[in-house]
Amino acid sequence: MSNQNVLRVCDATMQFGGVVAVNNLNLEVNKGEIIGLIGPNGAGKTTAFNVITGVYAPTNGAVELNGERIVENHPQGKMRELYNGENLGKYNDVKVLTPDRITKLGVARTFQNIRLFKNLTVFDNVLIAKHMNMKGNIFSDVFRINRKEEDRMKAETLELLRILGLEEHKDDIATSLPYGKQRHLEIARALATKPSLLLLDEPAAGMNPQESDDLMKFVGRIRNDFDLSILMIEHHMQVIMGICDRIYVLDYGTLIAEGTPAEIQNNPKVIEAYLGVDE
Amino acid sequence: MERLNQKTKMTASIIACIALVVLLVLSYTNTGTTSMLRSVLQLGSIYALAAASMNLLNGFTGLFSLGHAGFMAIGAYTYAVLTIPVNKKANVYYLYGVADSLANVALPNWLGLIIGGIAAAIIAALIGAAVLRLKSDYFAIATLGLAEIVRICVASSPMARITNGSLGLKNIPGFTNIGFIPAYFVPFIVVAICLVIMFLLINCSYGRAFKAIREDEIAAEAMGINLARHKQMSFIISSFFAGIAGALLAMFLGAIQSTTFPLMLTYNILLIVVIGGMGSLSGSIISAFLVIAAKEWWLRFLDVEQYIGDWQVPLLRTGFRMVVFSVILMVVVLFWRQGIMGQKEFSWDGVYNFFRRLKTKFRGKNTKAAAEGGNANE
Repeated sequence: MSNQNVLRVCDATMQFGGVVAVNNLNLEVNKGEIIGLIGPNGAGKTTAFNVITGVYAPTNGAVELNGERIVENHPQGKMRELYNGENLGKYNDVKVLTPDRITKLGVARTFQNIRLFKNLTVFDNVLIAKHMNMKGNIFSDVFRINRKEEDRMKAETLELLRILGLEEHKDDIATSLPYGKQRHLEIARALATKPSLLLLDEPAAGMNPQESDDLMKFVGRIRNDFDLSILMIEHHMQVIMGICDRIYVLDYGTLIAEGTPAEIQNNPKVIEAYLGVDE
Repeated sequence: MERLNQKTKMTASIIACIALVVLLVLSYTNTGTTSMLRSVLQLGSIYALAAASMNLLNGFTGLFSLGHAGFMAIGAYTYAVLTIPVNKKANVYYLYGVADSLANVALPNWLGLIIGGIAAAIIAALIGAAVLRLKSDYFAIATLGLAEIVRICVASSPMARITNGSLGLKNIPGFTNIGFIPAYFVPFIVVAICLVIMFLLINCSYGRAFKAIREDEIAAEAMGINLARHKQMSFIISSFFAGIAGALLAMFLGAIQSTTFPLMLTYNILLIVVIGGMGSLSGSIISAFLVIAAKEWWLRFLDVEQYIGDWQVPLLRTGFRMVVFSVILMVVVLFWRQGIMGQKEFSWDGVYNFFRRLKTKFRGKNTKAAAEGGNANE
């Protein structure tokens, strides 16, 4: 099954007060794909990420993971009067998950502005992501009844660091790493949760061409090695065009185009959104 | 940073442990002049436990709580109410009388101690569900309020037949011999057990999860850590040990009142935590002993009028000790914000490197001085 659906966002609308940040977004990620999500500043890309990862519950709409509906919501309370999006009445269930629950379901993410555990070592940063799958409770953990579990977590962490080439830095404090390595570490930490879907929020931000080139190769490699599907927000067109299978373009919260990199490059709507239209 | 090998560290640890035990035994057998030392050591160990439990919440989980005095009060009162001997109850509750259900209750003190901790933990669990939704400053204010509510409830008249209202409780059973171990060592043993559990906690997976929450809540949640559950856990564990510390304090003092647990107590513990370093248990322990010794013992002379020959040293009178103490605190916070240990724990590598740095610094000065001296000769 190569074309198995991993993530489907159905008619998701996110409205803050009177502002519609994401309007009626439909988005699909299939198994093994690398999908780009682009758009000018303030288009609602990160908000879309936050809806998928459970930071926000959508005002209206649903999110499906591996064919299973994990999040669904419709306008409630005050929002019932304020809501000015579409598809009202199509989604009647209320299902809201916190980000940690969604991570447990296999969606990992990185952040636009790196959010590492700053004062902890590289090793601990990755090891913490193993916590959620730990067997046993706090008593067995504190009194070291289940040492095997701890050893397993540490071994897996070390293995992951070795694969991703961060082993030599394992005892360094996270913030002492160079910027590019910090980005790598954030991805490593996300991978430690054993996701099936990885969301990257501007992984190449602030990188020079050489570094972003390395990152591109890195992303392609982990997709194959870890059997991942990837959804990424990125501004570096060179990165996006080089690596993505399909691209979604957002502008003012609305999807204006979707297609292969070649299609997107020649789409007049996209050019208009980015460059403005000639009068 | 150089590292020592495992064997050296092992030997150093064993020597240090033996030295500690020998010092404690010496302080016990050497009666007479050392009575101050003994009570400072006991009180210091109790404060060490209280500070370490506060550090677990404030320094490790990043929840700035100011409710510690409240949880200590709960532990202390639970212990006292349950353990006062039956034949002394009439004497203690002479004004209001004792509640009927408690009239014949006198638990052994180890059981009272554990129940004291559990009572504090239960209150924390009930309160935590609501209070832990608040962030930073608001959480601090809510817990501050909680501590004050506990203090006022304990002194209130509806509770008079249980807590004896504002008259307080006395005749609280103190430390007793365990087998061949004299009563003097009991607080050290209890505190040591609690601290070992806390050290195990901060070095296990749950401890790392707490640290992750301190470092970055949003990232921790994105890594699959259930924030509400882990914060609740940390709050309950911290309160449990605070309750134990409170019960130990009741044992140590023998008599408690609601005013034994004022807001100042929370601040005193917070000061110990800050001086020791937020996020370092060993720092809390070291600074607990230092602060208690300074406050109760070393700075005592400042409270007494002193004469050098016929000349009376100015300013020295009752209360001046606290002024000097406050100034020391300000200096620490201004110039040494990390505290004694920062976020590091005690390690032999740390000690070794500290002395090496000191040595090179000292040598550096010497060579510099020599060089300058040489220049002057020319």
